[in-house]
Amino acid sequence: MDFLNGITLIANYIIIPGLTYGSQLALGALGITIIYTVLRFSNFAHGEFMSFGTMTSILLTWLFSNLGIKLGIFPTAILVLPIAILITIFYCLIIDKFVFKFYRQQKSKSVITLIVSIGVMFFSGGLIRFIIGPGDKNFFDGERFILKAKTFKALTGLNEGLAIKTTQGVTIILTILLVFLLFWFLNKTKTGKSMRAYSDNQELALLSGINPEKVVLITWIITGTLACVAGTLYGLDKSYKPFTYLHLVLPIFAAAIVGGVGNPVGAIIGGFVIAFSELFITFAYKKIFYYLLPYEIVPNGLLQILSTDYKIAVSFIILVLVLLIKPTGIYKGKVI
Amino acid sequence: MYLLSGENITCGYSSIDILSNCTIGVKRGQIASIVGPNGAGKSTAMKAIFGLLGIRKGKIFLDGEDITNLQPQERVLKGMGFVPQTNNIFPSLSVQENLEMGAFIQAKNCENMLNYIYELFPILRDKRYQQAGELSGGQRQQVAVGRALMTSPKVLMLDEPSAGVSPIVMEGIFKKIKEIANQGTAILMVEQNAKQALTISDLGFVLNQGKNLFTDTGKSLLDNKEVRQAFLGG
Repeated sequence: MDFLNGITLIANYIIIPGLTYGSQLALGALGITIIYTVLRFSNFAHGEFMSFGTMTSILLTWLFSNLGIKLGIFPTAILVLPIAILITIFYCLIIDKFVFKFYRQQKSKSVITLIVSIGVMFFSGGLIRFIIGPGDKNFFDGERFILKAKTFKALTGLNEGLAIKTTQGVTIILTILLVFLLFWFLNKTKTGKSMRAYSDNQELALLSGINPEKVVLITWIITGTLACVAGTLYGLDKSYKPFTYLHLVLPIFAAAIVGGVGNPVGAIIGGFVIAFSELFITFAYKKIFYYLLPYEIVPNGLLQILSTDYKIAVSFIILVLVLLIKPTGIYKGKVI
Repeated sequence: MYLLSGENITCGYSSIDILSNCTIGVKRGQIASIVGPNGAGKSTAMKAIFGLLGIRKGKIFLDGEDITNLQPQERVLKGMGFVPQTNNIFPSLSVQENLEMGAFIQAKNCENMLNYIYELFPILRDKRYQQAGELSGGQRQQVAVGRALMTSPKVLMLDEPSAGVSPIVMEGIFKKIKEIANQGTAILMVEQNAKQALTISDLGFVLNQGKNLFTDTGKSLLDNKEVRQAFLGG
């Protein structure tokens, strides 16, 4: 019984949140990896694109709520997501047309475009705070839990409860759906294959008659979609604050690099590696030891390796280790 | 009458002329080779004819039509195929996807062409789901040629098809080139291995310092004492 209580505790505080946070990071890292392989630069503005997508979802949620349109037990944000995605794509395309396109035509080095993307990041961040303000916004509505801790306790008779939030369930299911769609698109459709071909060998792609402008367009459509969904899911789960997304870009980059930049499978794996490492290292294990060890020998401290304030540091330590030991990442990607 | 020809081409990079007043061409169903020492402008000539490099003077004709101002992609649609010397495959795509990309520009189904290429290069059928980047040099070259053949071009241009492969593989490649020509596709190629190339060529162009030095049938160039001494090692 104590053993089962321990397992439930881990599931509740590490596994479910880890899967959720990992999914959000994976979607973000996928966006970065795709921009990196096709357009050949590290897009630091991706966090702000996610923020922009979330902001759009929030504004639309407010609008829909005012009109009295709801989605039952699910958050209204899921209902407005398709419209928010379209607006985010539109924003990405405008930024591309007025900023990135110029540097692409100049055939600028990727480090120059990277710096440009930092400019875009600050511009977008400013624009977003100008529109929605810098404060905390909670836009979650609908039923809060799929599985309540109380219900779980009653069902199993355990001391520890296992709760699954609606946002967690929605995040994991939407991520699976989106990743499946993305891989189907890249591997099975003619357009998807032409995108991979373009990222492999641009000159030969040109000779084969692949239109680079179309590839760029589709790249932004995919990136905008991923950014908007990842951002909205993260915001739903943790509440939205523009500055959070400025920090979020760091674990996302760590995820992309740890997985192997340029490899979509790697981005997903990297997302989960980062998410679980953060949770495992910042979790207070005291309660688990109470269940697993005799009472007398459990130490008094919290048994936490690092305080949760150091969350970001964890992803950086992993990032540095990967760059030192295996710079190509888990799956062989391009070395930056 | 040439099927594809670059007539009196002058071109080069920045302000320097690499080719001056150079004429190169290939007739329907034949093989033509461009040979010459390093730096003679052989690869430059190929790029100019395919439109990868703008030309300053001269004209390029395909089947009697002036194509001097067309983009490379438009030339592919008109019936030209080009295999660059390096980076001529998509390494992370499978063999079959590489071939499909060759036919990307066409609306029609590529099933027949795929079968034709798998018959021409049986090894590619066995490895069709493998990543092209994992193949050996000779097999990569087959993928590259196969990719360019997917649009069933009237003329196929090969830039050093035997570069970086062993002599045995090279022999095989030359045999395949002959087979492709026999099927009716004209071939214009640049070759380092002048002797082997001229042996299978109907027409040979010897370039030196960007100018036509000799233009004759492959056989007579091989018999030409001057050519032999200067470029074929006696």
